[in-house]
Amino acid sequence: MIGSDHRPASMIQGGAVFPHRHLLGIEGLQPHEIRFLLDEAERWVDAPASPPDRRLAGLTQINAFFENSTRTLLSFEIAGKRLGADVVNMHAAQSSVKKGETLIDTAQTLNAMRADVLVIRHGSSGAVQLIADKVDCPVLNAGDGRHEHPTQALLDALTIRRRLGSIAHKRVVICGDLLHSRVARSNILALTALAAEVRVCAPSTLMPAQVERMYVQPFTDFDAALEGADVVMMLRLQTERMDGAYVPSPREYRLRYGLTPERLARVPDALIMHPGPMNRGVEIDSSVADGPRSAITEQVAMGVAVRMACLDVLTRRARGVEGWA
Amino acid sequence: MSAVAFLNARLVCPVQGEREGGLLVRDGAVEAFGTVAVPDGAAVVDCGGKHLAPGIVDLGVFAIDRAAFRAGGIVRVGLMPDQSPPLDDPGVVQRASLIGKPDLWIHPIAAATRGLKGEELAELAFCRSAGAKAAGTGARWIADSNVMRRVLLYARDLDMAVVSHPEDGGLTAGAVATEGETATRLGLPAAPAVAEALAVARDLLLAEETGARLHLRQVTTAAAFDLVRAAKRRGVRVTCGVGPAHLFLSDIALSGFRSFAHLSPPLRDEADRQACLAAVADGTVDVIHSGHQPKGPEAKRLPFADSEAGAAGAETLLALALALWRDGRVTLPRLFALLASQPARVLGLDAGTLEPGKPADLLLFHADAPWRVDAEVYAGMAGNTPFDGLPVQGRALRLWKGGREVI
Repeated sequence: MIGSDHRPASMIQGGAVFPHRHLLGIEGLQPHEIRFLLDEAERWVDAPASPPDRRLAGLTQINAFFENSTRTLLSFEIAGKRLGADVVNMHAAQSSVKKGETLIDTAQTLNAMRADVLVIRHGSSGAVQLIADKVDCPVLNAGDGRHEHPTQALLDALTIRRRLGSIAHKRVVICGDLLHSRVARSNILALTALAAEVRVCAPSTLMPAQVERMYVQPFTDFDAALEGADVVMMLRLQTERMDGAYVPSPREYRLRYGLTPERLARVPDALIMHPGPMNRGVEIDSSVADGPRSAITEQVAMGVAVRMACLDVLTRRARGVEGWA
Repeated sequence: MSAVAFLNARLVCPVQGEREGGLLVRDGAVEAFGTVAVPDGAAVVDCGGKHLAPGIVDLGVFAIDRAAFRAGGIVRVGLMPDQSPPLDDPGVVQRASLIGKPDLWIHPIAAATRGLKGEELAELAFCRSAGAKAAGTGARWIADSNVMRRVLLYARDLDMAVVSHPEDGGLTAGAVATEGETATRLGLPAAPAVAEALAVARDLLLAEETGARLHLRQVTTAAAFDLVRAAKRRGVRVTCGVGPAHLFLSDIALSGFRSFAHLSPPLRDEADRQACLAAVADGTVDVIHSGHQPKGPEAKRLPFADSEAGAAGAETLLALALALWRDGRVTLPRLFALLASQPARVLGLDAGTLEPGKPADLLLFHADAPWRVDAEVYAGMAGNTPFDGLPVQGRALRLWKGGREVI
């Protein structure tokens, strides 16, 4: 065993501390590897803006987004640029590049252009892995279908660690559309790996089958789930799922699962999180989202730091960083 | 045609059992089984102590893939109506029923409804006279119970079995996996396993009420097998099939988004897999089939949910089915009932055994020959097998259709 709880992961030298070519998901990462990424991100949080650290200068980062995104794309773009990379964005969403061999063809095209790192979002679970198998450079999963969104889980973990000091043994409640949420999957994997106690809460129509096999405790009663919570993480409910398909109406959803000031009063010390974009007045009330215990804007800031760390770590081998070659 | 004597064989017949001896074939039909006197002028085939069994009758294949069928020891196939165009027209049916001969006999399963849409009855009597041996719903179910009932009534009048795909379409809409831990971890759209039992229950009740013959092409869950068992006890004219994938793989095979394991119905959990094995052992299962559906990279090298369902199975059917015998779940005669005589009976064919008078559809196989399934070296149209890399035992050596060797 390389990592132990008694020494910081950053003490472990060389590429052995993160022996992965890609970051496709939290699945498959060891706890010490997750902690290593968090430690690496930590240094970018407080890094001074000048002089800029241009360690990725001369490298080409392609953000290939096959699905619409504003904040994640922007976050990856800023992260790359802060490190001096040449960042190119490819918006393939809603275009002809959606199905068929084209995905593999697109991967091969990107590969032929000799990107140094690829950041990919796709609407189908597993699509990013499929592309990663076809290219020579590191691939970062920026969200694939309902499967994983690893950098979101890392930034959430970093936010919790900075606010609460540690993650182990903290009670985290994840509430909302778990069935369709890649954020929830990655967060469950990361937080349970870091020894948090994870509760998930959703109406049964939005709860994935056998989710308890991922070492979480499922709840349908939000108030019961909130009992003793250290962190409350709300998930976005897509508008097309609010009108009868999975829940009867937005207002009924708010009644049972909305994070309202009244509910907040039951957990006066809990940290409030949301991956955004929020449906204010549905899953979270504005006064809660903007309140003093909300870490929502901080999550966005952590996102850039985490993505800088991931871009740095994954390109170390190609850059010939000592101990990583 | 003159006589051929097959000597020094381990004979396997679903009806006459297993014994060492020989088989005499004259004019394309079996003349004698067991102790054989070689007539003057007869050709002699020395079987070298290997197994000689009825050629496999593969009920419910999606493509005509001669090389794969030859490699798999398959002499007759029931062709699914899901062709392009669908087998809902006598002309198309007739063409399909003729193009395989003489080496491969294709028995088309006519589309029960026009265009397989599940709305209007297709011309089943015309299709029957053009060679169709059953009516089928294709790789989907008929949602409207009234239409399904009329299909059963009409097919009963024609003495055709109705081959149905029992999965509740409402529950399975958009799904590519069975609900459970694997689908949850992979984030794949999934349907509950009960979607099968729900559809099986309806089809069984309609078959019972109409007195029609129903063949459930694939039954893969414990709950559905319980329904079939109970129906058989009540005397419902139902038969059912299962394929090697559901006997030997559970949904864990989807891990890593392996689209070769994207099947319809999807792979189930381990408890249901065990129920499939138990149903083979206790006689609930009537047919083991390959569900042969070769698909190239354009259909399979895609994100899992975007890939097409189906696996190439013809070449691995014999070896995988022999594993049931090797594991002591079935005897060899029973295995060839599952692979030959019972599928033949569903299609109304007088074939699938080595009884005197039957067509000499013969398979000589080496039961123990070891080999490794390799998706890259397939004889057939494509190697999309979920068993890629698996070491197996059992190879078809030679094959005869109506006494004539298939090269």
